[in-house]
Amino acid sequence: MAENLERDVKQICSRNGNDRTRMMDIVREVQDRFGQVSGQAMNTIAQAVNSHRVEVESVVSFYSFLSEEPKGKFVIRLCNDIIDKMQGVEKVAEAFREELGIDFGESTSDGKFTLEWTPCIGMCDQAPAALVNNKVLTRLSSDSAREIVQSLKQNEDENRLLHMLGDGNNADPLVNSMVNNNIRERGPVIFADLKHGTAIHKALSMSAVEVIKDVKTARLRGRGGAGFPTGMKWEFTRAASGSEKVVICNADEGEPGTFKDRTILTEKPDLLFEGMTIAGYAIGAGTGVVYLRGEYAYLRPFLESVLAERRNKNLLGVSILGKTGFDFDIRIQMGAGAYVCGEETALISSCEGLRGDPRNRPPFPAQKGYLTLPTSVNNVETFCCVARILDKGAGWFAEMGSKGSTGTKLLSISGDCTRPGVYELEFGITVSDLLEKAGAEDAYAVQVGGPSGQLIGEADFHRKICYDDVATGGAVMIFNKDRNPLEIAHEFMEFFCEESCGYCTPCRVGNELLKQRLEAIIAGKGTPEDLDYLEQLGKTVAVASRCGLGQTSSNPVRTSLKNFRGEYEKLVRENKDGMQRTFDIHKALAAGEDLQGRKSVIYAD
Amino acid sequence: MSDKIKFTMDGVEIEATQGQTIMQAADEAGIYIPRLCAHKDLLPFGSCRVCTVMVNDRPQAACTQPVSPGMAVDSETPELNDIRRSIVEMLFVEGNHYCAFCEKSGNCELQALGYRLGMLAPRYPYMFNKHDVDASHPDIYIDHNRCILCGRCVRSSKELDGKNVFQFVGRGIHKRVAFNSDTDLSGTDVSVTDRAIENCPVGAILKKRSAYAVPIGKRKYDSQPIGSDIESRKAAVKQS
Repeated sequence: MAENLERDVKQICSRNGNDRTRMMDIVREVQDRFGQVSGQAMNTIAQAVNSHRVEVESVVSFYSFLSEEPKGKFVIRLCNDIIDKMQGVEKVAEAFREELGIDFGESTSDGKFTLEWTPCIGMCDQAPAALVNNKVLTRLSSDSAREIVQSLKQNEDENRLLHMLGDGNNADPLVNSMVNNNIRERGPVIFADLKHGTAIHKALSMSAVEVIKDVKTARLRGRGGAGFPTGMKWEFTRAASGSEKVVICNADEGEPGTFKDRTILTEKPDLLFEGMTIAGYAIGAGTGVVYLRGEYAYLRPFLESVLAERRNKNLLGVSILGKTGFDFDIRIQMGAGAYVCGEETALISSCEGLRGDPRNRPPFPAQKGYLTLPTSVNNVETFCCVARILDKGAGWFAEMGSKGSTGTKLLSISGDCTRPGVYELEFGITVSDLLEKAGAEDAYAVQVGGPSGQLIGEADFHRKICYDDVATGGAVMIFNKDRNPLEIAHEFMEFFCEESCGYCTPCRVGNELLKQRLEAIIAGKGTPEDLDYLEQLGKTVAVASRCGLGQTSSNPVRTSLKNFRGEYEKLVRENKDGMQRTFDIHKALAAGEDLQGRKSVIYAD
Repeated sequence: MSDKIKFTMDGVEIEATQGQTIMQAADEAGIYIPRLCAHKDLLPFGSCRVCTVMVNDRPQAACTQPVSPGMAVDSETPELNDIRRSIVEMLFVEGNHYCAFCEKSGNCELQALGYRLGMLAPRYPYMFNKHDVDASHPDIYIDHNRCILCGRCVRSSKELDGKNVFQFVGRGIHKRVAFNSDTDLSGTDVSVTDRAIENCPVGAILKKRSAYAVPIGKRKYDSQPIGSDIESRKAAVKQS
């Protein structure tokens, strides 16, 4: 057995060229094959790729989908983001617990099942949802949870779980998924048709500099949320010294409540690859990488087939469409469950087979990115916009939307509404118009931009969705009167605590402290001073944190405090007796009582 | 020379060399910026964030941010010092720091920084997280309770010792320093003379049989605050 392990792990390493920068592929394969990356496997990997055991452990311990401890043959990951909770995930969870006889974080003794919670898997429009290994299961109920376990016990095959396939390419044999697209509005940029190769053809008839100029004229800004001008990013990358350059597509759609890239990857992969190829031409890059979040592994075989087809058509590969000297190809890099990898420098670290720690800037990726090569990292939707800009013209694109935010935006809407799904709308639409479209008449609070965005109330519903007003990478979560803004904020703080990489102090420690104090207030143990405490602490975390995660992670607290202060004030009360309300005598005594082997006489309940 | 540039620190113009970080330039000018993870012999890391300064009104870590001509850096402001104190307090509540009887007391950079920044008690509640100790090595004792995750041991081992004894594992609040070993510290090739051991700013990595050798009153930070060595350069800089 041990010999088999060593042999198989060595084979996996060798298949990946014994290349330590392909560590993610290696450890993912080992995990899939053995259900764990054991200490012995780590030693073997370290030896094969000429690294150190602790370096392998460092990677394995970072990603949620990897583990040193053995996992069951079927890992059931139930999504516990706030939308899933609102849709009754707890009942589903209870059914899983009962049926399997284990709690979350545990495995069955026969080694068949592991039950885990997982943050947003990009299915808020069809919650509650879960992953069974790579298979996505949506719209779960306690009945379907029981059926899932019974079927897995009987057939031992997650592919036999499906009763019904989703719409569009979800029904393609290579996707074979029950996921539904839920595309509610198709706009002219992302969801219109495009004949394969036409945009590349146009780009190749221009000089690289002219292509960048077009993107700049269109005033295209990054669709991931930060809104950096795409043309400028490309210009920097093109101008950076070095003959080899890299284009990376950020398909690590991890912001809770965001699932728009899922629909692009399912329905418009050609548009995406077309845009990446144009980026390669504009920047002077030969390598393209799609960093696909681990949760979307079910789309990989399909995407690989699209890439293969494009290679056959000479839309990828050597001398693309006959243009001598323009060689470009794309590979898919799988993630393994880490939200922070959506941050572009963390994503690059991950692509290089490291922990997904963000990097210090400067140097910026445009100067020194993937494997120290000048790199442009852009969002899935951004590349699609580029392809359309080349096809239809910069002027056509810039006429849509608002002045500072041209074109359309994909919004993924979920929560308390009758029409959750993906909407392609021109920038500048007001929040209230959006709510009307989504069928959310009784919206009380709206989280725009996901947990790292802002929680707004009715007073702000007249505001516009665009970079200069209410910005969003695509997530819009709707909450009605029955939801408590503090509990929403708390959910999001839990998420950030879970997903912080822990590199810098303010994010690692500060977010925990924010979460704790919020819990105290929700439990009725808060004082009016606690609101200042939250404000001050939230600001410190935002100002002093190293990357975008920590710089925005206190937003749930800060924006809910700003826009729903009354809800906080309802819960806090003056501390008149001078007692510390958060102090729990029984908790404080527990360790001492354990040592003594008896209960406290004075504080015996 | 053309590689010399000028910028301001708290309104005072100072000269720097192109390619330097703000911290390096400030050090040379005799201006101390509080720090924990930064170490003069190690590459900039930027993890503790104690050296946060405002560069043209944007927060940056002085240890990683390069100088540029004409930049306006604010460092000794009440707001920034409060943020720094706040970060030091976070480290105090995250770990379990028993200064009163810690072997490193008086020579500890975290403690000294607490004093320098005027910290009385942490404004945050103690977390009382559980951490391991490792006494397996004959000459070295490691107490994760006192670790501040500055990564100096990780980097020193790689950059200065040519080894790979330490590395971070886990993430978020569960992040910790691990050893390159199947078992414990004794299973690594660490040596008590490694710079990785010496460069620990706190009492997390200790040399056995060497504690309390210096009497109270004569310890490193007993008579002057941390950063004094850098600030003493200021007079020299002015005279030259």
